[in-house]
Amino acid sequence: MSLSDATARPAAPSRLAGLPVALAALFCLACLVCVIGADWIAPYGEADLVAMPWQAPDLAHPLGTDQLGRDMLSRIIFGARTSIGLSLAIVTLAFAVGGALGLAAVTLGGWADAVISRIVDLFMALPPLVLALLALSVSGTSLVTLTLTAAFIASLRVFRLTRSLGIDIAARDFVDVARLRRDSTARIMWREILPNAAIPLISEFGLRFVFAFLFVASLSFLGLGVQPPMADWGGMVRENVGALNYGRLTPLVPAGFIALLAISVNLIGDWLVARRGGGR
Amino acid sequence: MLVILAKRLAMGIVLVLMASALLFFAGELLPGDFATKLLGSSATPETVEALRRSRGVDAPALARYLQWLGGLFRGDLGTSLTNGREIAPLIATRLKNTLILAGAAALIAVPLAVGLGTLAAIFRNRLFDRAILVLSMVTVATPEFFFAYMAIAVFAVNLHWVPSISIITAGMSFERMLPLLALPVLTLVITSCAHMIRMTRASIVSVMDSDYVGTALLKGLPEWKVVVRHVLPNVMSPIAAVVVLNLADLVVGLIIVEAIFAYPGMGQLMVDSVSKQDITVVQACGLIFAATYILLNMIADLLAIALNPRLRYAR
Repeated sequence: MSLSDATARPAAPSRLAGLPVALAALFCLACLVCVIGADWIAPYGEADLVAMPWQAPDLAHPLGTDQLGRDMLSRIIFGARTSIGLSLAIVTLAFAVGGALGLAAVTLGGWADAVISRIVDLFMALPPLVLALLALSVSGTSLVTLTLTAAFIASLRVFRLTRSLGIDIAARDFVDVARLRRDSTARIMWREILPNAAIPLISEFGLRFVFAFLFVASLSFLGLGVQPPMADWGGMVRENVGALNYGRLTPLVPAGFIALLAISVNLIGDWLVARRGGGR
Repeated sequence: MLVILAKRLAMGIVLVLMASALLFFAGELLPGDFATKLLGSSATPETVEALRRSRGVDAPALARYLQWLGGLFRGDLGTSLTNGREIAPLIATRLKNTLILAGAAALIAVPLAVGLGTLAAIFRNRLFDRAILVLSMVTVATPEFFFAYMAIAVFAVNLHWVPSISIITAGMSFERMLPLLALPVLTLVITSCAHMIRMTRASIVSVMDSDYVGTALLKGLPEWKVVVRHVLPNVMSPIAAVVVLNLADLVVGLIIVEAIFAYPGMGQLMVDSVSKQDITVVQACGLIFAATYILLNMIADLLAIALNPRLRYAR
């Protein structure tokens, strides 16, 4: 699960390449529908005990039941809301903070840039999981800490990218013109630099989303993220691990959904990058 | 070269020191009621105060940081907040277990990944290359626990080849450890290969496409000679750097894999201590993980410089 930003992108798309991307988009769309409408779609409640534990899949429970006898399909739908909603919140926060700081560093330059950059360097030299574990051991397991820590970690990379994109843009003539016009720093940031960095930032949003999503899933899986009885995909893997000993594959259901969503978002991201590259 | 080496080394030391300060002062944010929590609600203020003093929690923060730092150099990692035991001996055995696991995984993953990446580059855009590409896309985006439980379901529950948890005890013989290591190592290998494969393939492809390789082939040099004389020296530097960078990721990936298999290593200890809010153990483990991570990143940097003369004059 090393999510370093691989520079190796897939080769030119072949004729069949469209199909997986379409399926990935469909899956992402279905997940988004679950995020918004979990209450209406889910056949049973998030914490309703409806059958015996670890029941095999049947018509009433297409994905079987979990360790307490709750409907797996409903838990997956509610889990989508928690896992994906949380990750989206984390990435949005990270882009707001990291992006704004990156733009500010470029526009202000000088010591402001140097100070922010050195602090970011320090935190980027540390393994993200260790940072998160430290924060969680200080505050105890809480959704707020989890969100803020994950957003902080993601914002470091967003800052780096925004800054490096911004430096190129800030050196161009139209920014000089704006400076000569005595435009405010904020106006230069938003109206001159940001629009020109938008496209790479959007593709970075997908990457950061996958990272945050897997990060939250891993921490919940360790029992340090989302706490029961709230359903979330990483936590559901942990809760149902015992099923393996009875020959049931229940924990692989949420784990599979996690993998499927991460792969889908990556596929769509790669496709967008390839398309943009081909269009030029 | 020596100047660069000294500079990077100094930077690494500064980073480790700053990491230690971060770890220590984060612990200071912990609400002061630790002793109260440990003793329960029936404790009198006097016993709480006595416990605080016995753990040295009442000296000023900076003094305790320096004391902690000084202790680290003597191999004294302090005592656990929850059970009062010395941390150093506790970590020593677990560090050994972790190194065994990481070493075994790296020993298999690195040659495998470099080999597969090279083959993918040789058979570029053919079926084998495509298959490797799809596989690496899947493994890069799949959490460790998916593969781990998949492996447990197949090899432990259905086939009964190996146990599903890997509790290693002191003095266990190598033959008895082997089946216990199999699944954690397998999981780590699967999840750590993808990035190395992609980067190996990418660096070989970019060199193969270069003009000097084309020229060498056109002047009639046999292909193996082109590979040995022209391709290999130029791909060594990026591949070596990527390999070491991935070892840094592998060390962190260990934390989760150890927790899955209840493997008695540093990662499991750290996760356990986080849920118990045993901050001193978290600090000690965190510092070891952070220092290893920083060290490996530094080695990757230096390797890239040592193997690529062009970088020596870059800055």
